[in-house]
This record gives sequence, structure tokens and C-alpha cells, in this order.
Amino acid sequence: MLHATDLLGGEAYDRDGHFVGQITELFVEPADQTNRVARVLLGRGKYLPLVARYDSVAFVAPGVIRLNIEEKDLEHYQPNEGWLGMRKDLLDQQIIDTSGRKVVRVNDIDMAEQRINGTVELRVTQVDVGLTGAARRLLHGVASPGVVRGLTTKLPTRVIPWEFVNLIEPDPLRRVKLRITHQKLERMHPADLADIMEELSPLERQSIIASLDEETAAEALAELDKRLTTQIVETLAPQKAADILEEMDPDQAADVIAGMRPESSREVLSEMPGDEAREVRELLKFEENSAGGMMNTDFVYVGESATRDEVVSWIREKDVDLERLDTVFLINGDAKFSGAVAVGRLLYAAPYDRMEGMKMEPLIAVPPDASDREVFEIFDKYNLHSLAVVDGNGRPIGAIEVDDVVTRLRNR
Amino acid sequence: MAVLGKPEQEKRPVETPAPELRWNLIPSWVEPWRVRLSDWGRRTRSWRRRLFLFLAVVGPGVITSNVDNDAGGISVYSQAGAMYGYALLWSLIPMTIALYVTEEMCARMGVVTGKGLSDLIREEFGFRPTFFLILAGLIVDMGNVCAEFAGVAASTQLFHISKYISVPLAALFVWVLVLRGTYKQVEKIFLLACVLYLAYVVSAILAKPEWLLAARDTVIPTLHLDGGYLLMLTALIGTTIAPWQFFYLQAGFVEKRVSARQYPQARMDVLFGSVSCMVIVFFIIVCTGATLFVSGHHVINDAGEAAQALVPLAGKWAGILFAFGLLNASLFAASILPLSTAHVICEGMGFEAGIDHKFNDAPIFYSLYTGMIAVGAAIILIPSAPLEKILILSQVGNGVWLPVVLIFMLLLINRRDLMGDYINTKTMNVVAWVTAVAVIALTLVLVYVTILHPSGVPGTAG
Repeated sequence: MLHATDLLGGEAYDRDGHFVGQITELFVEPADQTNRVARVLLGRGKYLPLVARYDSVAFVAPGVIRLNIEEKDLEHYQPNEGWLGMRKDLLDQQIIDTSGRKVVRVNDIDMAEQRINGTVELRVTQVDVGLTGAARRLLHGVASPGVVRGLTTKLPTRVIPWEFVNLIEPDPLRRVKLRITHQKLERMHPADLADIMEELSPLERQSIIASLDEETAAEALAELDKRLTTQIVETLAPQKAADILEEMDPDQAADVIAGMRPESSREVLSEMPGDEAREVRELLKFEENSAGGMMNTDFVYVGESATRDEVVSWIREKDVDLERLDTVFLINGDAKFSGAVAVGRLLYAAPYDRMEGMKMEPLIAVPPDASDREVFEIFDKYNLHSLAVVDGNGRPIGAIEVDDVVTRLRNR
Repeated sequence: MAVLGKPEQEKRPVETPAPELRWNLIPSWVEPWRVRLSDWGRRTRSWRRRLFLFLAVVGPGVITSNVDNDAGGISVYSQAGAMYGYALLWSLIPMTIALYVTEEMCARMGVVTGKGLSDLIREEFGFRPTFFLILAGLIVDMGNVCAEFAGVAASTQLFHISKYISVPLAALFVWVLVLRGTYKQVEKIFLLACVLYLAYVVSAILAKPEWLLAARDTVIPTLHLDGGYLLMLTALIGTTIAPWQFFYLQAGFVEKRVSARQYPQARMDVLFGSVSCMVIVFFIIVCTGATLFVSGHHVINDAGEAAQALVPLAGKWAGILFAFGLLNASLFAASILPLSTAHVICEGMGFEAGIDHKFNDAPIFYSLYTGMIAVGAAIILIPSAPLEKILILSQVGNGVWLPVVLIFMLLLINRRDLMGDYINTKTMNVVAWVTAVAVIALTLVLVYVTILHPSGVPGTAG
């Protein structure tokens, strides 16, 4: 196994054993092969640097590369955005460890040699984020290689296999050239993704959100600190921001928009489809720490005289978020709020039982201007999962869910 | 999924009375007041929003600048006042500018890049420079932490509390405060500590100084060309501009997630911090200048001694407040310094850091933090500990460390790929380089003198 630290700064010789230059950079070309060291940059002081292709490398050892061609056959170096430089883009930079779900800093890069008809290819196997890499970086060139090796074998290793390394590249054009996708991030739990984003800088956060699909982006943003969410959404293009906000619950979307500058919130709202924009606008009218500001306009309500079977088959037909459905609200003939039924109750009810017979006692609802403290007290006192919010005419306009309460209590 | 499902579309009148919708958990007399208050809230919303925008950002700048006035700093300021009266007050204005110029650059880097200073140095200058920078930081900060606990011991001794009781208690308090608190709570306590510096204002008023004279000496520079005077001047600057504060300040803005859009508020925070820090220094110098200097008590060794000497001259309360201010400053700095140091080390080396992690997730961070407090407190309690040597070492380390950090900062802030449109303008660069060179030169002089004549340097006697 070879380390980037051993090679960078080493010497390169041509076929005849003449010194060509110093190894100043190792490039991977992800568009071609994701882990092969495709080019070696050879610096020659005041002369133009040269580049050696992977198939002209005949021998590699710590600090030395021998080529199988002559110096005059080497190309001059032209910067290429599609090349991933180990020194510039990897060493000392932050990467996302997608298996450990963490942001880490690269101390060293480990490579394996592969012999293919007379040439030696270097393959990146893993990145070193632990003490071994740090010790090697610190002592390289100061202590003798044997001492360094002896010391590093005693230290605990922390490495991340190359396939779990997710690079963070803020420039979208370069990201395409480097073939960086965020598919691995999309498979993560939104809460983990949010934790990772909190560790990054604003530019990096934006770039990740911009390249995720809207649904994942919305889920991850919903888990983030509210101020951060607002900051990120504000920097997105209004169209993209609207797409992401549509995927969020209206109350969360309203919270995000409420924190934005008036002109950008207007822009984003105008990009959202009419229905959703209207819902969000309705929610924006309420004070943030009132029941109206906490409630969600997405809730399920049915007529109180409906039977269990009717309700169940109706819910099955609709696109309802089943993970979060725990209460069905009831309205009477005047469309006024008349009760709430826990979904668990439906399991035990007979097919023709009427909903009004399964109501929770007592009948509880709050007006939209009730303070958050009142809401917390009611949730605590009656051990609720959901609480209806009703307008002056007794009509249900939204519901507060227990997860909103938990979030707010934690942020107090 | 907002859907109105009415499986049965019936329209029969309902006679049941409207349900009792509100569960009144609050006494009735509250309601009118609530309405009045929310009315008032609505009317003042835009004004509150502006204040909130500022307050949301306030913190890092104010806290950092005030921690500058730590135990070591207060010793130097009181010595300056006792030795030369008001004659050094003029240096506060250039010092405010130097403090503001350097801190503003860090604030700008923090809000624009969203990365800490050690992060940036690591990413742009590589592993080895970062390592040695961090090592120097650890040594210097360790010395400073000792000085803070020495300050705790000195101030509590005035209240007749043995240092064998006060120092362990202080260490425990500081340790628990940071480990048990969230960032928001800790910051609030720190801001409160900033307010407690006002003790020095009261103390100075009790000393009945000649305000007009003090004001004149603040505006009109008086230069004496004797070695002691110049040395004192250097020490003043050396203790005010310390490298660790740049790391702490920048990390503070990053941790608060202040964005580039809020940069004007962040700059206000830094300005407010630098000015308020210097105002406190002004009052400390005036306080000792009006009493110790006037009555001929020119030589004091530390701030504790200054507090003691104040009692017969300006009354019991002036002395008590002076000592209280010292205790507050020492505790304040003793909690921030180890925290900041542990952060810088872990960030730069890529270890997990931050008080939001559990011990097992960030063992190195917690070990460093705990270790610094424990060692700092222990050195004060060991009777024969070489405290003076440690303080000298820390002073020298500071002088070596500062130029490197300042130069890294100036290189980073001029990088367009990092800072975009927020790089230094030409004028800013001139001001920043002049400040940096002046600060570096003065600090190196201090280092030179410290090595040659360790006993003659202000602020190293504990």
C-alpha cells in the first residue's frame, strides 16, 4: 500500500533514469475511472510542468516514480476541471463519510498498486482520517521512513473506503465534470443528512441541497435548525425554493417563509402553485408562537355520522401520510368541529360503527390565537397526539401535532 | 391532503349547543393584559425586528473583546495606572482601532466562509503549519488558564477565602457550566459576565478621579522616552491583542450561523465589543491612576494587590468591586479559554468537537478541555509551582504565535476564491498591514525584554 504523502514531493525518472521532475500532484479522472490515478503532475521549478499518464508509469515506490517513456514524450500540463487533485481537492479537505454518516477531514490517501502489462496503475482504496495519517503528514521528510512506519503501525487507524467517500464541491459545473452525485446522501435518513449539513459551510450546504431531489431536500431541511433552513432556502433560485417548500408541510413551509426577507418570500410564494401558496399565506397571518402559527393545515376530517368502513376505505383511497396519521377529526352537519377519533380506535371498531361513537372525551380544541404555552399545557394535561384548531365559527382550520410541540419545547 | 371527506352529505339542523372549545387554564384577569400586550407587540414589530436582527448576531464580538480583559489584562492595566497615572490613557484609542481592525477581519471570514480560522488554515496551508500553530496555541493558552486561576485566588483572598477552597470550586463551576449548558444558555451567562464588568466603572467613580484630566490624557498623547514607560505600553498592547481571540471570535460567528447577509450586524457587534472593552480598560486605569498613582503607591505586582491598596484610598467598596470585577473576569476567561483551545485543536486536526457531542463521541475534545482546567487549577494550588516561569513562557509564546496568525489571516482575507467580494480593499489592507506590523513589532520587543529581564515585565508576576 502506498500513501499520497509518500508520493507527493517525490522524484520522477524517465526510461533512461534521467530525473524529470518532482511529483507535485496526483489526479484521478472520475469521468473515466473513479479510483484510478490517471495523471501524475511533474513540477520542474521554473519550467512548465509535465504530465505523465497512468500507462507511462513503470514503477512506483515511496518517493519515486519511474516512467517507461522519455521526458520529451511527456505532455505539458493544461489545467483540467474534470481532474480531481489529491493535494488540492482531497488532502486536508472535508468529505462526507456516507457509511459513518459524518463529516470528516482527510489526513492521507491510501492507494494500491496494480500491475498491468508492464505498467503500474495506482488505485485509490481508502482515505485516512485518523491518527496514522496525521502522524505521517507531520513526520514525513523529518523522521526516517522506517521510524514513521514503525510509529504508524502502533497508532489506531481510522479509514473510510473510497466508495463511501462523498466529495463536497460547491461549484455545480465542476461537480458535473467530477461526476459527483449525491445518491448516497439521498438514501440516508433525513435527520442524519441534516446533522451532516450543520457541520458544513453555507456554500457547501447550498450546493448539497441544490443537487438533492426536492423530496429529500425538503425532508432534510425540515430536520434542520429553522434559521439555517431559512438561510438555505433564501439563497436558492425562487423556482427551486418553491419546489422544495411544496414538498414540506404547510406549517413548516410557513415557518421558513416567515423568516425570509419580504421580497424573497414574495418571490417564492408567487412560484408556488395557487392552493399551496394560499395555505401558506393563511398560516403566515398567525403569530408564530400562537396555536395558529403552530398548526398544520394538512389534517384528515370526516363527517361524524360516517361509519368506520366508510372512513377506512376513504382514507385508503386518499394520499394520506400514514406514518403520521394518528387522529381523525370529526365535523357535524354544520361543518363545525365535533370531536376527534384516535386511529387506533378504528382497529377495534365494528365495520358499521359510527365515528361519533368513538370520540375522545372531553372535546378539546383551541382558537388560533391561543398562546403556545396554553397549547403545551393542554397537550400535557390530556396526553394528546393531535389538537384541533378552530376558527370563530367553530370550524376546524388546522391541527397541531405532538412533534411540533416537541420541537418548540426543545427550542425554548 | 387537506380534504373534506363527507361520506354522508346530510343537511339536518344540529341543535346541540356549541362545544366548549377553550379550556381555560389561565385566570380571567390575565386576558385583558394579554390582549393589551399582544397589541403592543404588534405595533412595535418592525422596531423589534430590527433590534432582533442585531441581537441575533450579538455575542461573539462582545464576548471575545471582554474576555480580553482577563486576569492578566487587569493586572497590566492596574499596573499601568499605578505607575504612570493617566499618562498611558491615549494608547487606548489606537488600541481600539487595532483591536477592531483585526477582529473585524476574522468576523468577516467567519460569516463569509462559514468556517473556523483553524479550518481555513488547514485547508489552505496544509497539515504541518496547522499543527505547529495549534501546538503553540495550546502552550500559550495553558499559561493563560493558569493566570486566570491565579486571578481567582487573588480576588477571593481579599474576601478572606483560602485559595485551596476557591480555586477548586471555581474549576468545578467552570467545568460544569460548559459541560451542562447548551450553547445558547452558556452564551447568555457569558453576556451577563460582560455586564458585570461595570463593577470597574463604579469602582472608578468611587475613586473620585479628575475626569477632565483623564479625558485630556485620553485624547492628547504624552510620550515619555524611558524604558519602563515603553515597556508598559508594549505590555498593554500585548495583553489586549491575543491570537486565541481570533479563533474564538471566528468560531463564534460560525457556530451562531451568522450569514454573509448579516455581516453589517456582525461588524457592529465587533465594533461594540472593541469599544466596550476599551471603555472598561479606561476605567481600570483611571481607578488605579486616581488613587495608587496619586498617593505614591507606584509599584504593585498584580490586580489583587491593586484591589487591596484601593481600600484605604478609595473606601472599602471600591476595593470590593475591584476584586469582584477581577473574580468575574477570571472565571469568565477560565471557562472560555479551555473551550476555545479544545475547539481549535480538534477542528484543525479533524477530531470531533463541540459541547453538543457526548463524551464518547468526542473524547479528545473533552479530555483537552478537562485537562486544561485541571492542570491550570492544580498549578495554582501547588505551593512551589513555577507560576512566574509559566506566565513568562506564555507571554513569549503569545509573541511568537501572534505574528504567524496575523499573517495567515491577512493572506486568507485577500483570497478572492474564498472571500468573493468581501476581500480587503486597498485601504483596509494598508490599515490592516500597518496594524499587524506595529502589533508584531511591539510584541516582539516584549518577548525580547521578557527573555532578558523576566522580572521587569508587567503582568508576569501573577
